[in-house]
Amino acid sequence: MTIQHNKVLQKPETFYDTFVRKGDSELKATHYCPGCGHGILHKLIAEAVSDFGIQDKTVVVSPVGCSVFAYYYFDTGNIQSAHGRGPAVGTGYKRANPDSILISYQGDGDLAAIGANEIIQAANRGEAITVFFVNNAIYGMTGGQMAPTTLIGQKTTTTPYGRNSHSEGFPIRMSEIIATLEAPVYVERCMLTDAKNITKTRKAVRKALKAQIDHKGFSFVEVLSGCPTGWKMTPQEAKNWIDSALSKYFVPGVFKDVIEEREPIIIKSEKPSPEDYHKLMGLSHLSEKEDIVPTPKKNSFHEELKIAGFGGQGLLSLGYVIANVAMGHQYEVSWLPSYGPEMRGGTANCSVKISDKRIGAPLVANPTTLIAMNKPSLEKFVNDVVSGGTIIYDSGLIDTPPSRNDVTVIGLPATEMADKLGSTKAANMIILGIFAYLKKQILSDQYIRRALPRILKNKAFHDINQKAFQTGFDYADKHV
Amino acid sequence: MKKVLMKGNDAVVRGALLAGCQNYFGYPITPASEIAEGSALLFPKVGGTFLQAESEIGAINMLYGAASSGVRCMTASSSPGISLKMEGISYLAGSELPCVIVDITRGGPGLGNIAPEQGDYNQIVKGGGHGNYKLIVLAPNSAQEMCDLTMLAFELADKYRNPTVIMADGTIGQMMEPVEFPQPVTSFPKKDWAVKATAETRENLISSIELDPDRLEVHNQKLQKKYAIIEEKEVRCEEYRSEDAEILLCGFGIVSRLLQSVVDEMRAEGIPVGMIRPITLFPFPKKIIDVYASKKNVRFFNVFELNNGQMVDDVRLAVNGRKPVFYYGRMGGNLPTIKEISGEIMKNMRQS
Amino acid sequence: MSASKGHVIIKASECKGCQLCIEACPVHVLKLAEKLNHMGYKPATYTGEGCTGCGICYYTCPEPGAIIVFKGWDTWSEKAMCPVCQKETKVYHAKNGKDVVLCTECLNPIP
Repeated sequence: MTIQHNKVLQKPETFYDTFVRKGDSELKATHYCPGCGHGILHKLIAEAVSDFGIQDKTVVVSPVGCSVFAYYYFDTGNIQSAHGRGPAVGTGYKRANPDSILISYQGDGDLAAIGANEIIQAANRGEAITVFFVNNAIYGMTGGQMAPTTLIGQKTTTTPYGRNSHSEGFPIRMSEIIATLEAPVYVERCMLTDAKNITKTRKAVRKALKAQIDHKGFSFVEVLSGCPTGWKMTPQEAKNWIDSALSKYFVPGVFKDVIEEREPIIIKSEKPSPEDYHKLMGLSHLSEKEDIVPTPKKNSFHEELKIAGFGGQGLLSLGYVIANVAMGHQYEVSWLPSYGPEMRGGTANCSVKISDKRIGAPLVANPTTLIAMNKPSLEKFVNDVVSGGTIIYDSGLIDTPPSRNDVTVIGLPATEMADKLGSTKAANMIILGIFAYLKKQILSDQYIRRALPRILKNKAFHDINQKAFQTGFDYADKHV
Repeated sequence: MKKVLMKGNDAVVRGALLAGCQNYFGYPITPASEIAEGSALLFPKVGGTFLQAESEIGAINMLYGAASSGVRCMTASSSPGISLKMEGISYLAGSELPCVIVDITRGGPGLGNIAPEQGDYNQIVKGGGHGNYKLIVLAPNSAQEMCDLTMLAFELADKYRNPTVIMADGTIGQMMEPVEFPQPVTSFPKKDWAVKATAETRENLISSIELDPDRLEVHNQKLQKKYAIIEEKEVRCEEYRSEDAEILLCGFGIVSRLLQSVVDEMRAEGIPVGMIRPITLFPFPKKIIDVYASKKNVRFFNVFELNNGQMVDDVRLAVNGRKPVFYYGRMGGNLPTIKEISGEIMKNMRQS
Repeated sequence: MSASKGHVIIKASECKGCQLCIEACPVHVLKLAEKLNHMGYKPATYTGEGCTGCGICYYTCPEPGAIIVFKGWDTWSEKAMCPVCQKETKVYHAKNGKDVVLCTECLNPIP
């Protein structure tokens, strides 16, 4: 007769046959102490992974703590992570490889202390991962220090007089916390004591993994587990202490189970061909012919602009347009804003450099042209303008004209003029018209008109931008 | 090819996508936020993932996870955020995971400010995280290089299984310049070491732990050999009007743009000045500096930085006492003016 | 000799003597061995009779491969000559190698 394998309970295939990564001669036994709960949970997980037939696509993230070496045992893909960061590592992995099954295996220090944020956030995003959380109320690997789940009065090497709530606070109940979040689909606390509870844990492990296999989202199983060494007890005493103390504070139970109600989320992303990338990024919307003035670089040209005023006057945009236009004429350009909080109200300015040669420093210290749209800006930069340069300022907003007689000064009430056209926001385009007129030997005004809708894409302003540009251009024709 | 006027930060995002980067994990911070915003906009369009992490620690560890699977992935931040990422960076280096980290540096220490400083040189180039590791560090000085070096960063990261950093100050990130975008990368190296959740890769392990001192030493020696190869093969450096220069200016990032202007101005006055700009901060162009340091006509080196003198240590090590090495720096996010720099050089000319 | 419904093998070389299985066994057929194993533990051992094949000891055991439980032992009929035990023993098919048959007493492969 053929023997049925399910008639034999033996080391699941998801364990390595020999634990060669341990690097010692003990190739069949774990590094865990006698009676340690980790081994029991490992076995339940390995069995479930084998039974579900997901061994090849499973990746286990090992934490820092006693189970740091989980990769010695699980014959799956393995990633060892930094202390507490398993859920973040798992998130990155699963996002990059959504077809995998990702297990984050963590202890109480790892998950509830140093990694408390990572677990909460991964749970809250509903990452499609499964977290197994071994709560043994102590730091095992480092030699028995207090864990965030250490009970009040429990003695550890860092609470030698017993944990005191006035000093160390209270043990943290992670399952309860995670169950309050919207995204997780399954949260249960179990314990590894007697046959009945181990069976419950076995079911919980399988249910949590099944939820991930079915694309239901984030599942979390907390396991109260014995640490005879850390607790300085025999394995039997440890088991009894879970029963009589630990499980009284960390009460086992299902805290959340909405697996059935949740629809599966299957991530299928379209992967366009790289040939289409330029188009997708908006880098190929115009042909070269349309975009470039065909007779460039006839002129030696060097211009340094400082454009300054209130945030919201569109001055960074003005600089952007000028730089774009000059680039269309195949000049070298740079545009540099004053950035950060200044942009959000208050004053704003930008530096634009245009040159027929490679541009060095992008910051304009001594502008050849200053465009000042408010008084503080004019005052700040007026003396920086090079002798023989140009100052364009809004005479409607600035009552005292610049006190320089070695520069060309053009004052016009640009904002008022723009207001008459229908929007004060178009003042910048009036100034553009002025600037274009001044540089008409070098920059084609026809090109500017043609390029404007491409550079400033907001269609609502296309008409008024053209009108304002013309207004400025005409004004300069008459007055300059 | 067509040029697009674009911020350095935006060019980084496009360069990453053209290099085949599929996963972005990050946390907003000025002056690097455009990279997160641009990624949020564009990564989904190419079937990739953008995720705003809960913290820099979250982001760097997500990068660790994604890189473990063999995909090209990146994160970006600015100085204080990079400090927070240091733990993860050490792990990435230890586990030899290829990925790209962009640091748009700002003023420090502490919260400092958002103005352009280069005070991250030591934490990025010299470590920052614990252990005997090196990052490959690229320092662009234009929007074009923000694209090009980002693409190169992915290539080098994969080639050497090493995290690679784009370190640019806030000015380079915020500045707009014309950028020509190359064609997308279509062939990628095989990554047999990656954990791909397949039968073939089931045996693979991504890990930085090795309890046995001998074996950890072997691992470290292997890393050092790799770094030596990188130093041999991957140095990139711009030498500007330096061939006959008697005075060599040295600076990276935005400072090199200022120095370039200074060189042009002083050359116009007949002063034989040239510039050496390290593009790779690791590997540092020591051999190139060494050549200049042994030239008879070279009078001195003058290093300019936006920090308290960090790269100057590497220049001094390369010069090794053969010539004077002067340092001038601004901090707090201030850029020196051209006049200030040339004044400093003139002063040193009188002294040496 | 055995009318037992199940059978349990505890690999002395993998057992750390924590006794969780001994305590958990509902029919009390496990005990500590007298002899220390190579790790210095007194391993658990099967008294030889009365196992029901319930598997509780298997799930209670923290070591991945220390315990093997055979269910329905009384219905197992496949036997072969084991060269190690030098007698006819019950055999089962090993988990990984499809054609590997193991002796259930010494766990060595039978050619």
